[in-house]
Amino acid sequence: MTDTRRRGQDSRWTRPRVALMILGIVLGLLTIFPLVWMITGSLKTPAEVNSASLWPADPTLDNYRYVFTQVPFLRYMLNSLVVSATVTVLALWFHSMAAYALARLKFKGRDTIFLLIFSTLLVSLPVILIPTFVVVRSLGLVDSYAGLIVPAIFNAFGIFLLRQFYVSLPAELEEAALVDGASYWRIYRSVILPLSRPILSALAVFFFLANWNSFVWPLTITSDPDLRVVQLGIATFQQQYVGDWNYVLAAATVAALPTLLIFFFFQRQIVESIKNAGFK
Amino acid sequence: MSAFTVSRTAGRARVGSARTSTPGKAAQERRQRRAAFWFLLPDSLGLLVFVVVPMILAVVLGFFRMDGLGSFEFIGLGNYARMAGDPQFWSSVRITLLYLIGVVPAIFVVGLALALLVQQRIPFVGAIRSALFVPYVISLVVVAMVWEFMLSERTGVVSRLLGALGMNDLAFLGEPSLALGTVVVITVWFQMGYYMVIFLAGLQDIPGEYYEAARIDGANAWQRFRTITLPLLRPTSFFVVVTATVSVITGGLDLVFVLTGGGPAGSTTLLIFYVYEQAFLFGELGYAAAIGSVLVVVLLAWSALMFAVTRGGRFDND
Repeated sequence: MTDTRRRGQDSRWTRPRVALMILGIVLGLLTIFPLVWMITGSLKTPAEVNSASLWPADPTLDNYRYVFTQVPFLRYMLNSLVVSATVTVLALWFHSMAAYALARLKFKGRDTIFLLIFSTLLVSLPVILIPTFVVVRSLGLVDSYAGLIVPAIFNAFGIFLLRQFYVSLPAELEEAALVDGASYWRIYRSVILPLSRPILSALAVFFFLANWNSFVWPLTITSDPDLRVVQLGIATFQQQYVGDWNYVLAAATVAALPTLLIFFFFQRQIVESIKNAGFK
Repeated sequence: MSAFTVSRTAGRARVGSARTSTPGKAAQERRQRRAAFWFLLPDSLGLLVFVVVPMILAVVLGFFRMDGLGSFEFIGLGNYARMAGDPQFWSSVRITLLYLIGVVPAIFVVGLALALLVQQRIPFVGAIRSALFVPYVISLVVVAMVWEFMLSERTGVVSRLLGALGMNDLAFLGEPSLALGTVVVITVWFQMGYYMVIFLAGLQDIPGEYYEAARIDGANAWQRFRTITLPLLRPTSFFVVVTATVSVITGGLDLVFVLTGGGPAGSTTLLIFYVYEQAFLFGELGYAAAIGSVLVVVLLAWSALMFAVTRGGRFDND
């Protein structure tokens, strides 16, 4: 195994492969250029931010200092963290329960319920933004954490993926536990959940990113500045500081940094959850 | 094994539980039913209140004139009649279709091409793959800001680049004839990594022996691509077209909101943005809901079609 791999490594450096490598590196650099440009721009002085030099002549952290002192940025980030983490945990818990029932329990109406859930798969929040807003308003959840969190939990996507995963587990899994008289709740807790750790962690990363990045729903449901999430915070900041690109870019970098860090540390989970999302 | 092959394994599970429970079969069925109820309760309730009710409400609200302050009045098909005669509505439909035609084929070709590239065993392929994917994890608000900065007239880096090449400066976001194209390019930029990963997964499922056999038969790279890769990639391609279409129809809202605000001169007002505009800028909740209900119906029909074509969500060939 190691032998063939080492041989494979050596044969990587053939001429066509080096040509493809150069093509790949050029495309990769072009792709990340806007992000690099954002980060280096956030380190430039107001006088330099519109210049064409990639690297600042005199790198400074003043823009970050300014952003954090002028607006309650830490508060925005904390709001986003609380909302995203709560949505992720509750969503994974509820979805895994529902998926377990749909995949492993036998009861009347199961196929109908699954079909109903499947039919909502493509109807995402932006599409039903107005009626959802009307529902949430009549529940009295406008301008509250609950209004930010609760409607974001429920979507068919997570149920669908977890159900597929549970269906593929061997049937013998619960048999021993059932013979021992274990409850279904115990089987879910001590047999199913531990087995789902890889897929749950992949979905967790995905859900957290989606909620950290969400903008339109918080915009619609909150007006209280204390409830402002980070995406809303930077969008409002940009409106106040039109043209002050050094500050705007620093704010954008702060909002993007957590997602970039998550990407670097959990790349595999992200890629896995995308692959699972399809058809595997 | 594909997890989408649902029925086979489910059938096995059923046989299994029946075998272990012959004595109190009825009792166990009751137990199972009760357990299923509790397991399904939180999500069913949530989906009902926050997805199904809004879906129905989208249609119901469409029959009312309703403002942001809570007053409403039944006007029958008034909103739909208004829609039919609203040039801005039809313009937003046209712009959505143009956006769709611009983005979906481009994403398909770019995603597949990148997947074919990073599938190769080339040096630094891991880093290249990451670089191509990374825009996907950035929020659309940040994406919009960065591009607005780069595309600023006169001072933006793109402007300077064009100047250095001796070309005229272009108002990529300020010129109605260019703005939608610019939004298309930005959309492809941040979504291509996602579709690259999906295509990559599809490519990895194609057995390597097929390619070896074709190579022995003397097929060149293009012939191998046309006769092996493309046909065997059909389920993946289908999935990509379905998801890209939906995400393009529903996903453009954040980007357009921050980047162009639907302008200049309404040239980037996608349908989904027009709905938002009517509801929260003009306070026409009823009219907005009526337009939204059209989208809901289109997406439900799209789901039904997908369910039928894939026989319950199975994208594999067998």
